[in-house]
Amino acid sequence: MFDRMNRGLRNIGHRFIDRIWRLGSASRFFFYTLALSGESLRRFHLTVREIYFTGVLSLIIMLVSALFVGMVLGLQGYNTLQKYGSSDAIGVLVALSLVRELGPVVTALLFAGRAGTAITAEIGLMKATEQLSAMEMMAVNPIARVVAPRFWAGVISMPLLAALFSMMGVFGGYLVAVPLLGIDDGAFWSQMQASVDFREDIVNGVIKSFVFGIACTIIALFEGYDAPPTAEGVSRATTRTVVNSSLAVLGLDFVLTSFMIG
Amino acid sequence: MSDTIVEINNLSFAYNSRLLHKGINMRFPRGKVVAIMGGSGSGKTTLLRLIGGQLAPSEGEVRVDGRVVHQQSRDEVYRMRRKMGMLFQFGALFTDLSVFDNVAFPMREHTSLPESIIRDLVLLKLNAVGLRGARDLMPAELSGGMARRVALARTVALDPAIIMYDEPFAGLDPISMGVIVNLIRNLNDALGATSIVVTHDVHETFSFVDYVYFVSNGVVVAEGTPDDLRASEMPFVHQFVHGEADGPVPFHYAAPDYRQDMLRGVNV
Amino acid sequence: MDRTTLDLWVGIFVAAGVAALVGLSMKVGNLTSSNLGVTYSLHADYENIGGLKVRAPVKSAGVVVGRVADIHFDDTTKAAVVTVNIDTRYHFDKDTIAPIYTSGLLGEQFISLLPGGSDENLKNGDKIGKVQNALVLEDMIGKFLTSKASETNDKKAE
Repeated sequence: MFDRMNRGLRNIGHRFIDRIWRLGSASRFFFYTLALSGESLRRFHLTVREIYFTGVLSLIIMLVSALFVGMVLGLQGYNTLQKYGSSDAIGVLVALSLVRELGPVVTALLFAGRAGTAITAEIGLMKATEQLSAMEMMAVNPIARVVAPRFWAGVISMPLLAALFSMMGVFGGYLVAVPLLGIDDGAFWSQMQASVDFREDIVNGVIKSFVFGIACTIIALFEGYDAPPTAEGVSRATTRTVVNSSLAVLGLDFVLTSFMIG
Repeated sequence: MSDTIVEINNLSFAYNSRLLHKGINMRFPRGKVVAIMGGSGSGKTTLLRLIGGQLAPSEGEVRVDGRVVHQQSRDEVYRMRRKMGMLFQFGALFTDLSVFDNVAFPMREHTSLPESIIRDLVLLKLNAVGLRGARDLMPAELSGGMARRVALARTVALDPAIIMYDEPFAGLDPISMGVIVNLIRNLNDALGATSIVVTHDVHETFSFVDYVYFVSNGVVVAEGTPDDLRASEMPFVHQFVHGEADGPVPFHYAAPDYRQDMLRGVNV
Repeated sequence: MDRTTLDLWVGIFVAAGVAALVGLSMKVGNLTSSNLGVTYSLHADYENIGGLKVRAPVKSAGVVVGRVADIHFDDTTKAAVVTVNIDTRYHFDKDTIAPIYTSGLLGEQFISLLPGGSDENLKNGDKIGKVQNALVLEDMIGKFLTSKASETNDKKAE
């Protein structure tokens, strides 16, 4: 009995230490990537290529999701606001929720699922098939040549995707509010413009998505780079990318929001 | 310039606190093709990674061109690797690049040659391995033997002084194997390079190499020219060369006496 | 995919993303309306600013002419010192009154500028002399209740 408890405790401690250790190596990986970013910025076509794979290919899922999120916000918001006789404020509700929270957060979650897993699987497979080793033996640093361009592509893509998401979401809200529920077109936009502040809301939203871009991309890259070079290892790493990115995004969102509001 | 391009002195290497090599000494003379042979899991591939500086030894040293590899800075190791080429077990071609771009990769990374010259060089290398016609294929469209040849063209793209081969015959049919054997020998002689071949394929290897090291249990157990080894009376070499199931390398994994094991029953 | 097509797609993506950012700023946000251009600043002391916030609008005749730039508490006078930035296109005279109003019953608070009759205009760094504190809803309700209570007391006394 005592022995089993002891073992359980030791197990928890072991896992905790393992997490801390991984956090440490992920941070080291992050700084190493930053330090070796020169090449990916100098030979920018390497980064452009990766923007295509992370950004452009994620576009469809982002836009479709955004449209639905906006429409749902419109319906739900109308239902609630109507009780207080202020259904004209629907534009404000849709725009503020999207620009401040849902735009950056949902984009980051979808990004982790769409682009993040693709990055992890790709890097993991490159490692499993010794492509990264081969590159090293050709005197080409895989961090500079493979990791850094993907990192910058993710960091550049995320704010753009989030902006497109918010824009599309507002459009979805508009579709529900104005043609469907009969809110006045002018009231929808003017109330929105009166309440959405450039500095407080839009810039803060962009800052958030920028931070999420860094977090999601580096997690995906690290999990791929750190994956055991087997089929099982890569598939586990892919799962970990989604789990860790989602947790990181939601946690960071709380921290950033409390800084921005406080 | 000394005759030896790579030397391994009293090298020990531990992986996860398990001692893989226990004091290995080897010499690789310039211009020769040398094979490192041994059973699976005897750390042959690790030796190549130690020479390439991807791993650092626990004790001892690897000298390439007289300089100790693991004492160099990272930049210096990268500079040394430009003179090395390594063919990985399954080729390790970049799956997102075409055959042409794979071979062009080291040239584009390390030289600032204009694209027209790169094209000529790539076609030259591909022609040497007989795959000039396959330049537009993707790695997924190649057979195992073809992939190995493309990888070989990429390995020698920058005319390395040392070419390392990690199990170049693994999983190949006899024809492809013969092609690779010829290529290793011919490329080595044409480039004036030194080749290190890690393998366990006795008959193919003995037909073309100049010198052989046998590695077992972390030490060099035998060395010599193929003819010496074929005639060797050493039990291990005899077992390995003739592919006998039992001998100094036992058929049975270490276990208690069979009879006693059976009589003991299930109640431990 | 060949490189030029890829570049084209990335170009479209980046352009669309930037357009969305600009669109958000212009169409959804208030970047255009909050753009004041060159401003000059004025001060005003209030006993109570209620819920006035930094960046709240400053209006005259209902038009936004500036924004609240800073609010701090002066320990010597025990008053709230409010700094406002006013667009240089607009001029207000020395007798201007600056009350704090609330838009609607529960809406945001803003400073209103009611021009007076002086010939001299306020310059950068000047202090607005005449102010009017924010109406605090709790105070109003409190006053209303006490007056009601005294009314009923009076009636009882009769």
